[in-house]
Amino acid sequence: MTQVSMTVNGKAVSAEVEDRTLLVAFIRDHLGLTGTHVGCETSQCGACTVHVDGAAMKSCSMLAVMAEGSSITTIEGLAPTDDTLHPVQEAFREHHGLQCGFCTPGMIMSATDMIRRYEGRLDEATIREQLEGNLCRCTGYHNIVKAIAAASETMASSGMTDEGDADSAAAAS
Amino acid sequence: MYDVSYRRAGTVPGAVETFSQGDDPKYVAGGQTLIPTMKARLAAPSELVDVSRIEDLIGICEDGDRVIVGASTTHAAVHADPLLGRLIPGLAALAGNIGDPMVRHRGTMGGSVANNDPSADYPAALLALGATVRTDRRDVAADDFFVDMFETDLEEDELITAIAFPVPKRATYAKFPNPASRYAMVGVMVAELADGAVRVAVTGAGSSGVFRWREAETALAATMDAAALDGLSVDADEMLEDLHGSGEYRAHLVGVMAKRAVNALS
Repeated sequence: MTQVSMTVNGKAVSAEVEDRTLLVAFIRDHLGLTGTHVGCETSQCGACTVHVDGAAMKSCSMLAVMAEGSSITTIEGLAPTDDTLHPVQEAFREHHGLQCGFCTPGMIMSATDMIRRYEGRLDEATIREQLEGNLCRCTGYHNIVKAIAAASETMASSGMTDEGDADSAAAAS
Repeated sequence: MYDVSYRRAGTVPGAVETFSQGDDPKYVAGGQTLIPTMKARLAAPSELVDVSRIEDLIGICEDGDRVIVGASTTHAAVHADPLLGRLIPGLAALAGNIGDPMVRHRGTMGGSVANNDPSADYPAALLALGATVRTDRRDVAADDFFVDMFETDLEEDELITAIAFPVPKRATYAKFPNPASRYAMVGVMVAELADGAVRVAVTGAGSSGVFRWREAETALAATMDAAALDGLSVDADEMLEDLHGSGEYRAHLVGVMAKRAVNALS
């Protein structure tokens, strides 16, 4: 057992975990944040994607102890308040970027990560290429791609792509 | 996953020391292959020694006519590095096509090279560019480093610290990714080194892992043109055969990807 401490969605958390505990298990089972999904368990589907120190990673493919001292953002930490949506969430709603919704948390965490990296300059081909690590079995991806393109435009025009991630905002506050 | 105990190393000697005290230890950096492999119970080390945060192992710098990439540098950092983008753009581009964005944020060059997956991308780059693998105890030329699939010249407790790449005149990598896994079905790097030597390295295809295609090297050294490869082929019997493709298919792809790499040279 190891004592692990990190910041999750802006809050300091600490727990004693078995060394083999996956980060996704820590997030879901220890913290009760079940928005992060476990899809394939084989590192292929991306449903478990979270931001670790501002970069998208698969929380099923790292141990909780590997994230010691890190700042994590999950889907629950993306929106600024409980009754508003992040622009990417809003765009997925608006463009019907989901059907069953299982892949959606991972899609949205990947989408926010790529919009940050490309500073809102994303064309369709780039979005499709950058979504390589996220699988959706319902939508055929068309509306997901549309939603990301729309969110990217919204965020670029409102200057949100210069501000960095919620993680860095949390770290600065 | 079977039980495992985890130790984070702060220095290279500390990592090797911790490793030596282990029962059946393994080094881990990004863990993008090792953790899924442990989850599938295909690997069950008793201790993990995490080298991903050792500062001496992270970063990219120029050293004379070489670029040195720290072993724990992530694929994303290799891809985005301005120095590599200027001096060895073919390598930076290769790193940007490994796996997917999440894997690239975490996976490291040292981890990929130590694992020597027969379909990994970096081994082709090391071999084509004539790189040197630096470890905690010695330097090993890429030509001597990759022994067979998943097998390298590393001792059990030896730790890769950096890869030194001589700056080539030009080099490009052409990859035919498996549509599902994004691993290379076949990947070919063609490099013209500073001294004019031409090297062609092939990953994803060989049944013994990455290899140099000497016949293509000779042909391209005479004429650096895709047409110089017409009529040349690798032996299908020495190629991997699996559900993704036959030996003949892979042998054919080697020629196709080598030509694409040559055509992309500038």
